Amino acid sequence: MTGEPFYNFAYLDEQTKRMIRRAILKAIAIPGYQVPFASREMPMPYGWGTGGVQVTAAIIGRDDVLKVIDQGADDTTNAVSIRAFFQKVTNVAVTTDTGAATIIQTRHRIPEHPLIDGQIIVYQVPIPEPLRFLEPRETETRTMHALEEYGLMHVKLYEDIARHGEIATTYAYPVKVEGRYVMDPSPTPKFDNPKMHMSPALQLFGAGRERRIYAIPPYSDVVSLDFDDHPFTVQRFDKPCALCGGDDVYLDEVIMDDRGTRMFVCSDTAHCDGRRSEGHVGKQAAVEEARR
Amino acid sequence: MTAFATQHLADPVFRAQANFRALMDALSRPGTIQRLVVDEDAGDIDVDLAAIALTLIDHETSLWLSPSLADDHKVREWLAFATGAPLVDAPERAAFALVAEADPLPDHRAFGQGTQEYPDRSTTIVKACGGLTHGPRLACSGPGIKASATVAPAGLGPNFVERWAENRALFPRGVDLILCAGGAVMGMPRTLTIKRLEV
Ligand SMILES: [Zn+2]
Repeated sequence: MTGEPFYNFAYLDEQTKRMIRRAILKAIAIPGYQVPFASREMPMPYGWGTGGVQVTAAIIGRDDVLKVIDQGADDTTNAVSIRAFFQKVTNVAVTTDTGAATIIQTRHRIPEHPLIDGQIIVYQVPIPEPLRFLEPRETETRTMHALEEYGLMHVKLYEDIARHGEIATTYAYPVKVEGRYVMDPSPTPKFDNPKMHMSPALQLFGAGRERRIYAIPPYSDVVSLDFDDHPFTVQRFDKPCALCGGDDVYLDEVIMDDRGTRMFVCSDTAHCDGRRSEGHVGKQAAVEEARR
Repeated sequence: MTAFATQHLADPVFRAQANFRALMDALSRPGTIQRLVVDEDAGDIDVDLAAIALTLIDHETSLWLSPSLADDHKVREWLAFATGAPLVDAPERAAFALVAEADPLPDHRAFGQGTQEYPDRSTTIVKACGGLTHGPRLACSGPGIKASATVAPAGLGPNFVERWAENRALFPRGVDLILCAGGAVMGMPRTLTIKRLEV
């Protein structure tokens, strides 16, 4: 193509963007199906979420407001680097506020703040094939998806129950999309699986090294695989967040000081900060307040 | 300030981005109508078809043209120049099909349906319509629609609902349809269930 600028908006050249955009549209039309795409080298290592970065680069425009999270936090090295990359190559506005973002790129979490119509969440996916650990050959897994032959996955989950008394898988817990494709939700905790079901947001998944893009359109049926006698349940936490007092949120165990004090706090740091600025106080925060 | 901020150079880049987002919104939220950014001087082709072609089609995508487009050498020349897409005579080999307003929507079975292993290897049909809001009323449901949506594109032909049901039954195979008119676009992904509403 002629007439294209030397320095390209969002880093990727226009030819690459078109290729990725076409894959995204197919992914939307076939929810949960992994569309092959010609993944490009990005100026960061594969483990850094290059699939998600390429998806975001293909969709982002000047008016977008971008939020980037890693394990729920906006301030980890991975999140900071990816956010800085997009600021440099697009100059778009960035935010930590889930409600203010138009595009949320994520590794390993779905924000606690419910996503809304018009938002897009882009997942960084290391291994897109949910059947990979059961069947390493791509030709075989492709046939299994083609024939809707998901017995192996059920056997694996049932072996869990036989061995542990429950399904031991706690993250990357497989889902079935629109009653057809079994899909890997990326290594999010299974706590987040119910948020995918009938989400008003468009969910896009990019796997760079594995060269796959897949999608869940808004308002799609997403069911976590389970059994009648062992229905799917999410993790429950005994105590609320020590900092903001929030419950019904996903908590991480952290060490708070040099004496090794451990406590459970929100993994979604923006959600926790938001609650605290609204005046919610958790147990540890109250202790700290009293000490002052 | 980096070079991409230079307005005049960047224009095609931002137009393609805006039009892609319109197409992505249209296909992920069927029943909604999205605005395209069209170029009135695009050439001797419908401006909506031109905008969509420039957004999605290039030398990597085989292209089928409906008769009145294929018979117009100016259209063919413009598409060859602007997209570089190889034209194919066999519709089943086309990644994209452009259908002029003057031509009927061809039978979906003539196009690529993809395979059960690679359902993405199917044809995306882009059809110029007389309008998106004053045709027969259709009730749509499926992914992207909270409950149901009513659309009324014109010019899809009398048997469209029956033919679409056949296409829907092929899932995950099947064609996807993009309808455009008057600088606007509507998406009909293969997942869509369409029923005729009584008049
Ligand atoms: Zn908290």
